Amino acid sequence: MLDAIDKKLLAEVADLHEMPHGAFNIRKNGRGVERNTTANIDIITKKDKPGIDVIIKPVTKGESVHIPVILSEGMEDMVYNTFEVGEDSDVLLVAGCGIHNPGTQKAQHDGIHEFFVRKGARMKYVEKHYGEGEGSGVRILNPKTIIEIEENGTAELEMVQIKGIDSALRETEVRLHKNARLIVTERLLTYLDQTAESNITVNLLGDDASAQIISRSVAQNGSRQVFHLSMRGYARCRGHIQCDSIIMDQAQVSSVPEISAFHSDAQLIHEAAIGKIESEQLTKLMSLGMTEKEAEETILQGFLK
Amino acid sequence: MLEVKNVGLTLKGDNGEIQVLKDVNFTLEDKKIYVMTGPNGGGKSVTAKTIMGIHRPTSGRILLDGVDITHKELYERARMGIGYAFQQPARFKGIKVRELLEIAGGKKASVDTCDYLYDVGLCAQDYLDREINASFSGGEVKRIEIATILARDLKLAIFDEPEAGIDLWSMQRLTETFEKMNKKYDTTILIISHQERILDLADEVIMVAEGTVSEITNREKVLGEISRLDSDCMCRRSCSRGGKAIAGCDR
Repeated sequence: MLDAIDKKLLAEVADLHEMPHGAFNIRKNGRGVERNTTANIDIITKKDKPGIDVIIKPVTKGESVHIPVILSEGMEDMVYNTFEVGEDSDVLLVAGCGIHNPGTQKAQHDGIHEFFVRKGARMKYVEKHYGEGEGSGVRILNPKTIIEIEENGTAELEMVQIKGIDSALRETEVRLHKNARLIVTERLLTYLDQTAESNITVNLLGDDASAQIISRSVAQNGSRQVFHLSMRGYARCRGHIQCDSIIMDQAQVSSVPEISAFHSDAQLIHEAAIGKIESEQLTKLMSLGMTEKEAEETILQGFLK
Repeated sequence: MLEVKNVGLTLKGDNGEIQVLKDVNFTLEDKKIYVMTGPNGGGKSVTAKTIMGIHRPTSGRILLDGVDITHKELYERARMGIGYAFQQPARFKGIKVRELLEIAGGKKASVDTCDYLYDVGLCAQDYLDREINASFSGGEVKRIEIATILARDLKLAIFDEPEAGIDLWSMQRLTETFEKMNKKYDTTILIISHQERILDLADEVIMVAEGTVSEITNREKVLGEISRLDSDCMCRRSCSRGGKAIAGCDR
């Protein structure tokens, strides 16, 4: 069912080398190919549109759900996935899209992921994007993520995109209620003439809600990146955005901060920096015996880790 | 083992070219400890960086064990066994102490990481998995920098003002570490320092002032000079750089 290319893509996007344990749903070229559910996690195909509903029962602890998507030919795929993370559960969700585009036709995957993190629940969501293929066909990804975090809930998001995607537009919207918590880690590397845009809007609605976004990116060659990171505080809340970019060659990076407070007890901080690799770092690593290129790779690898 | 012959260095600054080193001459012998001292801005760090290959001399030659390394790249000199602990070490977002020590020392280092940190007065348990980022104090980064040099297998180790940021309690251990490195691994050591405790280690003292070696002497002479200047010049109060080159107010 899965060939060598599929397996490579799966390993890249979901760290899966074999069939995963726990619940999973693998979608290939627009169709579901493998699925597994557990006593606590159900996966149901949507009836009105392409996509799935993942339903995690309350108090489910330590289980994981993998929902990788692979495209191994030129095509346009669009999915709507809904995740119901039950009260007081604690789960890991791994999504990702691997594109192997061998031809000249464009391969495009657009996904809308909607999450409901119920009261007291804890969710870690990992999303990786990876593209490859020798053909000239462009690889396009436009993921949209909508997250509602109820009282005392926690969502931890890890979003990674390293090379391989020619054009990405990522939209993320999060709403946090009382004492809810959000941690976002974003890693992005673009090269050649790729473009990537990431728009994250966080609404802190309830008292004691807190959010932290740490975004690190590297733009190489003639690639372009745009970040719109916005935090809006409507209650006694805390928010922190840290946006760091390394710029190289002829690349362009825009980092557009926005923090808005609608409550006098909202505390919001935005830090953004764009710059070259520090020459002191290169010199130090070269003085340990690395060539300039090796030093550069080591610094970038650490930065994006 | 290291010969510095008539080395001159001209750097481009905002106000045109500046000659920072002129006609620097000295020789380091195998397995000895040298301390380089002299007034601030006199050319000590630049001399050390020129040996390491961070600056390339505009005239003169540098030889390591008879091999001309004047035109060798920084990383080539590093691989030939020269190491330099920076006065102001770089910080790295995303690189952990353990990783930097392993880059420095290769396989050997991954076994002995705890020892290197112990030698610079840090508890390995607290530090190995921390990123070398802005959360570290100046003293901590400095110690880690020294540890990266201890981790390497070097013919010549250069330390640029290692005492800066190191508390008095750790100074003793640091000086023992230099001695150990010198005795156990036969490393020739060049330390840039103004510290009496470190001067005590010196087989020879190289005085650098105004971009050149002004004198090669020994610790007794230097310490004698300092005490003479202490009684002579009252430099801490009304320093006008009287006396000899050594009379920096930072002493």
